[in-house]
Amino acid sequence: MDSSFSNIVPAPEDPILTVYFASRDDPSPLKLNLSGGSYRSEEEKPLVLQVVRRAEQQLANDMSRDKEYLSLDGLAEFNKLSAKLILGDDSSAVKKNSVVTIQCLSGTGSLRVGAEFLAKHNQERVIFVSNPTWGNHPNIFSLAGLSVEYYRYYDPKTRGLDFKGMLVDLGAAPSGAIVVLQACAHNPTGVDPTLEQWEQIRQVVRSKSLLPFFDNAYQGFASGNLESDAQAVRMFVADGGDCLIAQSFAKNMGLYGERIGALTIVCTSEDVAKKVKSQLLLVVRPMYLSPPIHGASIVTTILKKSDMYNDWTVELKGMANRILSMRKQLYEALQARGTPGDWSHIIRQIGMFSFTGLNEKQVRFIAKEYHIYMNYDGRVSIAGLSSKTVSQLADAIHAAVTRMA
Amino acid sequence: MDSVFSNVVRAPEDPILGVTVAYNNDPSPAKLNLGVGAYRTEEGKPLVLDVVRRAEQQLVNDPSRVKEYIPIAGLADFNKLSAKLILGADSPAIQESRVATIQCLSGTGSLRVGAEFLKKHYHQSVIFIPKPTWGNHPKVFNLAGLSVEYYRYYDPATRGLDFQGLLEDLGAAPSGAIVLLHACAHNPTGVDPTSEQWEQIRQLMRSKSLLPFFDSAYQGFASGSLDTDAHAVRIFVADGGECLIAQSYAKNMGLYGERVGALSIVCKSADVASKVESQVKLVVRPMYSSPPIHGASIVATILKSSDMYNDWTIELKGMADRIINMRQQLFEALQAKGTPGDWSHIIKQIGMFTFTGLNKEQVAFMTKEYHIYMTSDGRISMAGLSSKTVPHLVEAIHAAVTRVA
Repeated sequence: MDSSFSNIVPAPEDPILTVYFASRDDPSPLKLNLSGGSYRSEEEKPLVLQVVRRAEQQLANDMSRDKEYLSLDGLAEFNKLSAKLILGDDSSAVKKNSVVTIQCLSGTGSLRVGAEFLAKHNQERVIFVSNPTWGNHPNIFSLAGLSVEYYRYYDPKTRGLDFKGMLVDLGAAPSGAIVVLQACAHNPTGVDPTLEQWEQIRQVVRSKSLLPFFDNAYQGFASGNLESDAQAVRMFVADGGDCLIAQSFAKNMGLYGERIGALTIVCTSEDVAKKVKSQLLLVVRPMYLSPPIHGASIVTTILKKSDMYNDWTVELKGMANRILSMRKQLYEALQARGTPGDWSHIIRQIGMFSFTGLNEKQVRFIAKEYHIYMNYDGRVSIAGLSSKTVSQLADAIHAAVTRMA
Repeated sequence: MDSVFSNVVRAPEDPILGVTVAYNNDPSPAKLNLGVGAYRTEEGKPLVLDVVRRAEQQLVNDPSRVKEYIPIAGLADFNKLSAKLILGADSPAIQESRVATIQCLSGTGSLRVGAEFLKKHYHQSVIFIPKPTWGNHPKVFNLAGLSVEYYRYYDPATRGLDFQGLLEDLGAAPSGAIVLLHACAHNPTGVDPTSEQWEQIRQLMRSKSLLPFFDSAYQGFASGSLDTDAHAVRIFVADGGECLIAQSYAKNMGLYGERVGALSIVCKSADVASKVESQVKLVVRPMYSSPPIHGASIVATILKSSDMYNDWTIELKGMADRIINMRQQLFEALQAKGTPGDWSHIIKQIGMFTFTGLNKEQVAFMTKEYHIYMTSDGRISMAGLSSKTVPHLVEAIHAAVTRVA
């Protein structure tokens, strides 16, 4: 009997994983992995927030809790609190009940459920993502049945925003097209529009009836302030138009592996929101029936108690500040070495990642000679640096830039 | 501003959920919910297994545990242990590394991921499912892009298996078609083939190159024995052929809301299994990136510790025995009351559900007059019964059968 699957070819390896495996297999005691997407402490270790451990203990010790199925839209309290977190306590959309929020599997799950809903119900099936964007975005949207187009975003010359290109490309998009906007801490570039630029983007989006789909994976993690990091989203919601928001608690609560997030769809009326919700449930049920209880319970426990919430904001600010500090240290280290080039983008960019501007040859050189691993597009995880390793990276960058084109 | 979603129509409500909603709204103290798909104790309460609480405490109190992303395919030890559980510790398929196992979101998630994989890589895109089957099955497969056909299964005349019809319909299926098989405790009928019948099914399917896709949601929960309930799956695997298995820990470990399960694909060779796994990961990543850590950690903790595993088998047998006991009590009570008809199917059927044979009108009557809630196809959840409530159900069935055609 022949295999039914003999014609299957091995899937191409994920480029980020390739880098991870190379770093894992490097025997050098000096090796440093800056390709990952999760936060590291100053001691270069993964971090579970203290408030998360407290919440988890509380839940595990509560004998009245059970493990019954959640409803299809997840934990109701979690949904309410998540919507308030991104939209603000005083959001009129929330007060009007024109917002539908359903618990999903972190950011990815929220994007996928939202995209499947849009593929079924939106007039336009084209979705615009930034160039570049997170590697998984195009796959999520294609598999959901949308066709993916790009708008200009990163300017390699300035290592900043190609704002003109972005406005031109959005302006040329077909009316009704969906546009993915990263709410803050753009992945992979770290380049965010200013508030004034966001306002101009909003105007173009609304004037062309484009449908904004926010990917909100770093609220509070970028600037250290939950409100500041939500401003772009809130600006759009305040104008009364529709939008979708994919929210993740992977980074800002360190709940990566628990897969906890939410999809919010801001509609124009309570009636529409109810119908939209019923249709979202038709997407979820044949995908995984209902979402997992654990991560949602942890988030809810923290968000609903003001002392835990406050403790969380303190730990969150701690993470964001450490990253800002690493940016500053790296920049100053390069200045001190007189490394050729303008490295100010390192402190202008924001969030976990920096698009260094290094090319693939330089990246490979750094891996080989300095045992430091980053993505081939030059993206480094600043969150993976520590005061001890900053100088190692600065030395590596200096060598790469002066010795390799 | 007009909403782009104004034309979205309200989705029809899920019939099974509708039963619970109606039950919740009924003020009668005598009300009985027999629509529930989760185990209930003799006191009518949800149950969290002792061994699950122990495992969870252990995990939560271990300060070395982190919440990093787990691999796309899930926790490695969970996957190995899950494959062993369904295939047997001495399975040659496992020893020969021919099994690709991927942690998924319970049974539903495993079915959906498996179906999407087949749609992309298998030469046939039609799947045959039993008539009747779990209400969500057709949608899971349709949304994955497969077309759904039915094979005869339940015989209302005998309230048992329409074995002739089953063999005829599978015999007429196109070569290579996928066939969904409930590994044990068929939902909704409770009707399972005998071992002899399974052997005939196996021979027929292999002769027509039909690809088996097992839904194994009740291993250990049906007969009380994990090995007995795995028999059908294992005879197929023993013949060296290929199959898919969707495994759920929702019922047998009471982990409903944690969404833990596994998709196993048994292949002809280790090489094929490895390529298959790499391709299944490409289905998972754009759906939710990677599965949740908590439920899988609980399962792995229990399965790998021999005393916890033993404790689990005892609690599992306890649940299965209580359900078998309810079947016995219901049957004997109907006999004692002299209710017209042959009610032996109640003790011949197996698992959580019984297809009573009551029709829509009789069901509606029982709900209205006796406040008993079940799905309109006459399916009752034995798990929702207790010694105290059996008499009430018997009254209702007797009345329905004697007063309503």
